[in-house]
Amino acid sequence: MYHTPAWETVMGLEVHVELSTKTKIFCGCTTAFGGEPNTHCCPICIGMPGVLPSLNKAVVEYATKAGLALNCEITRYNKFDRKNYFYPDLPKAYQISQLYLPICRNGGVEIEAEGGGRKVIGIHEIHMEEDAGKLVHDPATNATMVDYNRCGVPLIEIVSEPDFRSANEVIRYLEKLKAILQYIGVSDCKMQEGSLRADINLSVRPAGSEAFGTRTEMKNMNSFKAIGRAIAGESARQIHLLEHGGAVTQETRRWDDDKNESFAMRSKEDAQDYKYFPEPDLIPIEISEEVIEQTRRSLPELPEAKRRRYVSELGLSEYDAEQITASKVLVALFEQNLAAGCPAKELANWIMGEVMHLLSESGKEPEDIPFDYGSLGALIGMVEKNEITRSTAKKVFKAVFEENCDPVEYVEQHNLKTVTDTGAVKTVIEEVIAANQKSVEEYKSGKEKALQYLIGQSMRALRGKADPQTVTAILKELLG
Amino acid sequence: MNLETMTALELGAAIRKGEISAVEAAQFSLRQIETYDSRFSCFVTVQDDILQRAEEVQKRISVGEYTSPLAGVPMGIKDNMCQKGVQTSCGSRMLANFKPTYTATAVEEIMQAGAVPLGKLNMDEFAMGSTSETSWFGATKNPWNAECVPGGSSGGSAAAVAAGECFYALGSDTGGSIRQPASFCGVTGIKPTYGSVSRFGLVAYASSLDQIGPLARDAADCAAVLGEIMKRDVKDNTSVATQGVNLDAVLHYDVKGKKIGIPTDFFGDGLDKDVAATVQTAARQLERMGATVEQFDMPIVKYAIPAYYIIAAAEASSNLSRYDGIKYGYRPEHVDDLLDLYTRSRSEGFGMEVKRRIMLGCFVLSSGYYDAYYRKALQAKALIKAAFDRAFERYDLILGPVAPTTALKIGENLADPLKMYLGDIYTVMINLAGLPAASVPCGFDRKGMPVGMQLIGSYFHETDILGAAHAYQQVTDWHKRRPAGLDNL
Amino acid sequence: MMITDELVTYLEALGRIRLPEESRAKAQRDLQEILQYIDTLSELDTEGIEPLSHALPLTNVMREDEVQPSIPPEEVLANAPVRKDNYFLVPRSFE
Repeated sequence: MYHTPAWETVMGLEVHVELSTKTKIFCGCTTAFGGEPNTHCCPICIGMPGVLPSLNKAVVEYATKAGLALNCEITRYNKFDRKNYFYPDLPKAYQISQLYLPICRNGGVEIEAEGGGRKVIGIHEIHMEEDAGKLVHDPATNATMVDYNRCGVPLIEIVSEPDFRSANEVIRYLEKLKAILQYIGVSDCKMQEGSLRADINLSVRPAGSEAFGTRTEMKNMNSFKAIGRAIAGESARQIHLLEHGGAVTQETRRWDDDKNESFAMRSKEDAQDYKYFPEPDLIPIEISEEVIEQTRRSLPELPEAKRRRYVSELGLSEYDAEQITASKVLVALFEQNLAAGCPAKELANWIMGEVMHLLSESGKEPEDIPFDYGSLGALIGMVEKNEITRSTAKKVFKAVFEENCDPVEYVEQHNLKTVTDTGAVKTVIEEVIAANQKSVEEYKSGKEKALQYLIGQSMRALRGKADPQTVTAILKELLG
Repeated sequence: MNLETMTALELGAAIRKGEISAVEAAQFSLRQIETYDSRFSCFVTVQDDILQRAEEVQKRISVGEYTSPLAGVPMGIKDNMCQKGVQTSCGSRMLANFKPTYTATAVEEIMQAGAVPLGKLNMDEFAMGSTSETSWFGATKNPWNAECVPGGSSGGSAAAVAAGECFYALGSDTGGSIRQPASFCGVTGIKPTYGSVSRFGLVAYASSLDQIGPLARDAADCAAVLGEIMKRDVKDNTSVATQGVNLDAVLHYDVKGKKIGIPTDFFGDGLDKDVAATVQTAARQLERMGATVEQFDMPIVKYAIPAYYIIAAAEASSNLSRYDGIKYGYRPEHVDDLLDLYTRSRSEGFGMEVKRRIMLGCFVLSSGYYDAYYRKALQAKALIKAAFDRAFERYDLILGPVAPTTALKIGENLADPLKMYLGDIYTVMINLAGLPAASVPCGFDRKGMPVGMQLIGSYFHETDILGAAHAYQQVTDWHKRRPAGLDNL
Repeated sequence: MMITDELVTYLEALGRIRLPEESRAKAQRDLQEILQYIDTLSELDTEGIEPLSHALPLTNVMREDEVQPSIPPEEVLANAPVRKDNYFLVPRSFE
């Protein structure tokens, strides 16, 4: 445990999600990740004098979708505002955002609560805004280099209520958020590319207290592991301060995952005053009831509904259903093979077992699944039809995972089909018995272990292609 | 053919008929610039490709590609409109070396019509001022009296037309910046309805108020220019599709039966007697032409300047934050750190008036003051618009002075910013309401300086404004008068 | 509203500008005068009036999500006072 139960950690999240529209929010430049520095830019996104923003329709559509999927109310009359501050990654020195009339409000996401049961994390609001550029330190000149490629990529900022009480809850919420946004196709949510980043507002209070403590903010966390450590570290720091007569200062801190410590960001000389005011270059956006209904109808089945259906209709365990529905890719893998006639529970076992195992072994995310989804079903089908044994199937799957080969062809080529001819099996076993007389005698003198050895030798001789139960039965029969 | 007195439309017609070539017209303007610009300092930049452009335009006219009535006519562009590869300084040290890689939509449209741009015209720094004295490149002088200011901020545009250095010019108007210099220099200028000319490529001062429009020798020329540039632009979210201006309707407009309202509040304290008398004479002239003229009260007038300066300064403080010495613009040689880069680039790059408005803007937007100032100003704006909406239920046009005085002496207002701001009393409310309004020459004061009357129309009624102005110019010749001494240098 | 020396300093900081020392006092007086005049707006009764940002009642002007070519980095950086390769360069901006 990272703190004594005498303290409770309270957290709220601000999650920035880059939308996967083709173009930036206010100009026609591509949103493609990467690219040589300053090649995805135009006079608009680099804030040249006299240029004007031109709002991308898809951004409003995607934000509406996200809001509906997160159970929010959609604001009918939307405006944009300017948030003014100077920083080299912000070429206009203001960010076009929404302060007064955010597009979505009052939503929520259900997660598994710490200590069991389910819990709703409230979503205070979601607003549309533009991303900033990238600063790169240049050791040669000890200066900072600026790349505006990301500048103007559309973002939604999802602001939660202070409903989190543990790092696990935070991570479950982020996983759920990621799954939902991927399902509805509004973001790829690739944390390593910065398309999902979380700011964590964290405070601690004596357990049982209603009042909130003074909070700090840790910005731009972009890995689940770092988030877990940052929450533990920052809670411990605040508790230590309070237990030693100190006080928490309201400030922005940077989590240094290498040092496993948070650091206060240098406070600017003057107070931050964003001088918000309505963006005069953009006119209001009205979202009609009709459009909202249309969007609502166009949403696919969301993870929460799927999870319930998988349990109630397909008989999956709560755990398996939760894990599979947490990833759009796993759902696709599951549903495609289910549709092809694969038995649900068997399929779930394979996904939770072999697929997850090989993914974690190779350090990959579900998004990186390297084989044709249908291969898994084909493989399971062969097992179901007793064409191959379960252990053969695992070996074949490894090859499928590594080489994306066709499992049926692979089995054919490597001659891995189960030997169904019991006469042939018998012949092989007889040879094994003949060659292992010592073990035969040990078995006959009552050593059960010797039988296991003989089964092993027989399976090896059969190259795994026979059903172990059949082999056992024949062995026992032959040994009398 | 007397090019010195010709209007843009007359020159355009002569070019189309082959009586004169676009190249000859450009050569004439170049000579005019050479002769007069050292006296009046209208141009910040004279383009070096004028004759090539004129040749190309002439070719395209000859093959029937350019058919606009303005094709081949030499013109000038206020130095806050971007033109690819041409220095666009906004009269500021900050942008003294800035060459945009893109062109303002309005400039593009006028080029499509076969315009021959001569260069970029001087202005108050970032269009903040009413005298054209705050330019980093020095003050422009009034061709009617070189000791006087030409008005501002489009002072270079107005003076260049008055001095005959160009046949018409594009200016911009945020709080009177086309109309007031037009009035001071005796030319005709119009600020069209907000949103009817794209602002894309116009370096922003106050985004919700800025609007591009023409300054020219008469109302018909203004109508012709608007005919080319009033177009909806996808690059400007605030731009609207309009009917444009019907030149033919302007040329045949009859003021008979039109109702003209005169706000009594436009004739209160601070209005110069000569200006008042001249504008009233013009009103009687319109009456004689068959219009009915009626006075009405508009007490909201006194709140227009406070509301305007709050909104304009607030937007300006934000719009001008992008000048940080990083992507373009002025940057000192050596800087200590990031804050030093910002502070010194901006302190050395901006002049005093710009700094003043940035500070004022920061103040009215700063936390704790937003509601009392900015929000309140937006409410005043709503009331001003409502007052005009009510007036236009009764009147086709509203008439009044453009400015309380004629052109002042150079330096007279520079030391007293508030006094300068008060000079905007009759013009700023039009920008707040987003209405179209023109300045039309209607006489002279006792010192021989031009006086303009302001004709204000309802939204998208540019044709009414310019039609009435044209009809007036058919029976008066104020717009044809030229500053003494221009010919005999 | 009094424009104090501290307020002038604060406004300079907000706007990232510094007034020349010799014109500070006058600038403060001018701002005071301007603000006093602007304060007359407080007399105007605006009870219940909806603030008006845009004079024309436009809504929903948006563009399609279609990629337009970006400009070459040479143009992006054409006016940069200082650059390194295809980056803009600023004094060290990391904590």
